[in-house]
Amino acid sequence: MSGHSSYVPKTGIERWLDARLPIIRLAHDSAVSYPVPRNLNYLWTFGGILVFMLVAQIVTGIILAMHYTANSLMAFNAVEHIMRDVNYGWLLRYLHSNGASMFFVAVYVHIFRGLYYGSYKAPREVLWILGVVIFLLMMATAFMGYVLPWGQMSFWGATVITNLFSALPVIGETIVTFLWGGYSVDNPTLNRFFSLHYLLPFMIFGVVVLHIWALHVVGQNNPTGVEVKNVQKDTVPFTPYATVKDIFGMVVFMILFSWFVFYQPNFMGHADNYIPANPAATPAHIVPEWYFLPFYAILRAIPDKLGGVMAMGGAIVVLAFLPWIDTSKIKSMSYRPIARQLFWMFLLVCIGLGYLGAMPADEPYVTISRILTVLYFGFFVALFIVGLFERPKALPTSIADAVLASAHGGSAARVATATAAEPNVKG
Amino acid sequence: MSRTSFRLALTGLAAGLSLALFQPAAQAAEGGVKPPQLSWSFSGPFGKFDRAQLQRGFKVYKEVCASCHGASLVAFRNLSQPGGPEFTPGQVAALAATYQIKDGPNDQGEMFERPGRPADRFPSPFPNEQAARAAQGGAYPPDFSVLAKARTYERGFPTFIFDIFTQYQEQGPDYIHALMVGYEEPPAGVTLLPGQNYNKYMPGHLIAMPKPLSDGQIEYPKGPDGKAPVPETVDQYARDVAAFMVWMAEPHLEARKRMGLQVMAFLVIFAGLLYYTKKKVWSRMPDGSPAH
Repeated sequence: MSGHSSYVPKTGIERWLDARLPIIRLAHDSAVSYPVPRNLNYLWTFGGILVFMLVAQIVTGIILAMHYTANSLMAFNAVEHIMRDVNYGWLLRYLHSNGASMFFVAVYVHIFRGLYYGSYKAPREVLWILGVVIFLLMMATAFMGYVLPWGQMSFWGATVITNLFSALPVIGETIVTFLWGGYSVDNPTLNRFFSLHYLLPFMIFGVVVLHIWALHVVGQNNPTGVEVKNVQKDTVPFTPYATVKDIFGMVVFMILFSWFVFYQPNFMGHADNYIPANPAATPAHIVPEWYFLPFYAILRAIPDKLGGVMAMGGAIVVLAFLPWIDTSKIKSMSYRPIARQLFWMFLLVCIGLGYLGAMPADEPYVTISRILTVLYFGFFVALFIVGLFERPKALPTSIADAVLASAHGGSAARVATATAAEPNVKG
Repeated sequence: MSRTSFRLALTGLAAGLSLALFQPAAQAAEGGVKPPQLSWSFSGPFGKFDRAQLQRGFKVYKEVCASCHGASLVAFRNLSQPGGPEFTPGQVAALAATYQIKDGPNDQGEMFERPGRPADRFPSPFPNEQAARAAQGGAYPPDFSVLAKARTYERGFPTFIFDIFTQYQEQGPDYIHALMVGYEEPPAGVTLLPGQNYNKYMPGHLIAMPKPLSDGQIEYPKGPDGKAPVPETVDQYARDVAAFMVWMAEPHLEARKRMGLQVMAFLVIFAGLLYYTKKKVWSRMPDGSPAH
């Protein structure tokens, strides 16, 4: 949707700058005049929320790094120094640790929104794949950040996860030694994790720029999945329409964020991480942070180590191939009666796997994990097959028509959940 | 409710039920009993520490626990800071001076001992972990600095979800209190080895620490009527020391909750204003025609 620029420099300085570096034009075209489908629901505010979270994490992280010491003998007490003696250190630290969780809350909503409305389909494949890359970078960053307080879960989480690479044939052991900087998780591991934890967010930032660039080339998807046909009728300019809506969404999200930061700052964490790392004492249950639990459950569901690692990696990588796995031409699952049910089942499977990832590796959890792992991958197979024969419901002719229909037809066709209420409506 | 969403709800319910049913198995494996949930002055969004309770808790810590358990991250000066026991700076200076702190080296290169100052941290009872274990028959008494946040018990599904709304997060002090009052004679069939004690709430029930508190052991400050305002019982000692340990682990808890209230009030009002701004903006298309 990168059409003709509507920017008109008003002052002499702006004209001078525009002829040399059209940076104001770029900002105007991306954040002011950029056309946004007028029927976006609040799930579309999570992109903006994620940008906010990334910036918040970088800002709090940079300040925390000024007070932190990446040394295995000092790291635990350095974090407690921040919590006790640094002015508002407790606030920075809790914003940063809960910020990571909130970042994942937002990214999961964002991913499932993309999944439901088919935002990965042509012409948005590259946009989607860049998103998967960001997700992978986020996971690496979060994992290494969790190691920095050098508590028991930091240490043992790092041990378990880095050890996974040893399952790879031939090069596995070398990779693990390289990650550790030695022959066990120790001070060199902490040092390189700190270094990379500081680096990766800026790599995320770079890929986010590409992600937004790709978005601005192809334009946003929308709840109907029908592409913009008439910019005048189907879209509104980003400012003020999307700006005010995104800021409202962000502030509501900040309420949730603040609830945890100020009232439940350790709810998402694990008590064992307030015990200093001790290589001689293994915790009863080694549990990763909640946002890794579904993948951890898949890892443990496979009895073979290499198989488990492949399944866990595959569970993420398969997302990148979604544009070609899904055979249906219809984007929005609101118009796909079978795929929609698959989607909700997939969501439940993911939540179930998350729960199982937190449970000990005993029966009946192992068997249920295996069933759910099969269902997880089965979703992608089913999506491939269903697209070949599914009869979609009639699509609205345009975004503007969909908006008018919902305004006049009451709540019947307002959003996706509502369309499910009358399965037999044929437009 | 439509057929689809009904089916979904059923599936969700079934999943939830099955998860709930499996829960007891996990707990049994832990070998612990859930500690009773007490009411704490510092719980909830308006929570504040009870100064008198923190001062009593400090007395319990100092007279009983401190002989084995350190609090190496807590400084004497913290005791007079706002949001804590709030002893006067004079009391803290006098208290610190009763401790001998190792300092140095001096001009002759010698280490020396001097009376403590408010800026000093609590001296630990043992020079290192090995010394502690040697003195305690192999067991290591953990440092108290963050212990109230390092102890918990499994809440289980779906309780842990309700905890988000009730703000229940006092697993640490509940467990610590329960541990203090949980010493029992071992049930028939359980034989204790030397150095082992039986505790109802300890995971696995076997604990190296002997029962540390008994009724009347610590004398609490008397009120104007010559009687202590709270009972001098193990239960009360345990509550007081657990509260003190929460403060040690989270010395800025009051400031955090106070700021939380201000932030929440601001955000809710700001969100309300933004909502109506958004509605107004979205009521018309850019050309002025109605949006719907």
